[in-house]
Amino acid sequence: MKEIFLIFIGAVLVNNFVLSYFLGICPFLGVSNRLESSLGMGMAVTFVMSLAAAITWLFYYLILVRFHIEFLEYVVFILVIASLVQIVEMFIKKYSPPLYQALGIYLPLITTNCAILGLALFMVLRQYNFVQSVIFGFATGLGFMLVLVAMAGIREEMDFSDIPAAFKGAPIVLITAGILALAFMGFSGLISG
Amino acid sequence: MSKKTIFLAGLWREHPNLRQLLGMCPTLAITTSVRNGFAMGTAVLFVLVFSSFMVALIKRLIPHQVRIAVYTIIIATFVTIADITLKAFFPQISRALGPYVPLIVVNCIILGRAEAFASRNSVGNSVLDALGMSLGFMWGLMAIGAVREILGRGTIFGFRLGIIHFRPWIIMLLPAGAFFALGFVVAFMNFLDRQRRFKT
Repeated sequence: MKEIFLIFIGAVLVNNFVLSYFLGICPFLGVSNRLESSLGMGMAVTFVMSLAAAITWLFYYLILVRFHIEFLEYVVFILVIASLVQIVEMFIKKYSPPLYQALGIYLPLITTNCAILGLALFMVLRQYNFVQSVIFGFATGLGFMLVLVAMAGIREEMDFSDIPAAFKGAPIVLITAGILALAFMGFSGLISG
Repeated sequence: MSKKTIFLAGLWREHPNLRQLLGMCPTLAITTSVRNGFAMGTAVLFVLVFSSFMVALIKRLIPHQVRIAVYTIIIATFVTIADITLKAFFPQISRALGPYVPLIVVNCIILGRAEAFASRNSVGNSVLDALGMSLGFMWGLMAIGAVREILGRGTIFGFRLGIIHFRPWIIMLLPAGAFFALGFVVAFMNFLDRQRRFKT
């Protein structure tokens, strides 16, 4: 139980995917200009990540490891993730139109989100078991959402401030992200090791 | 379009990571030194050139609806080759780059060039475009690596610079420093562009 709690806190706060592993930077820069859209994106990513963690775990340990074809890892993971996103999109569209309205446009963007593949790779690297992997996926998604929403809040305020011309657009967002990363370093004492 | 314009586009005008902001994960993650930037740049060069070559070669055989999936498999194959080669012959570099080598699969530059260029142009031009883009990517990585290595360690390519009274800023080697360095480098590119526009 304690281990699962540590994985959770670690993935949300201490080793946040965006701010300490730089995974998922593209949507982080692209979708963080409005609070509402960042919430939608965050929820879609959390959902897909929890699911992807479970499915890639099953594929890796039940198929790749059993038949000793681990070298196909990358090819299999990327195919699994791409088809998973596609299936989730079709499923939601059919059975829950309101949810599709909320998450729909963000789903195709998730395939190219490196955080999902990163999640699968870290899961294998750290040898998590099934439950740990799912918790790890869910927590990583939550951590992504947390940073995305925080960033969107800051950017909405920044619209009203006077930014030097050369820093307009991406540079100021990157520097703000740097300051956020500094703030998140404060969590690093939370769990040791 | 002449061969020269195709090649030079990636090096400055359409610079992949500093102007189009593609391939951000490696740009931020592994640029703690110039050498790492060079190693990552070489891995991307290999994958990009070969996958652009393949895509340009078989572009007529790929059905339109499944093209993205096919490109992804081609890219993942070359990334696997690069990863296994690094692990076997350069274990030290492989350790330094860690999971960011397999993550080249989802590097938007490679899929972007396959979709935007290699699927519409001849094999020769596609390879040229891939070379220009990956060399541009490489110097981008090395530039940010240089900023972080000089400020964070006081060295360049591992050689001590020996600036008196300079204490390395550890922060530049930490994640926060990556964001600061990239932010300032991109801002500097914007600044140069603006200067040029005022002159003309």
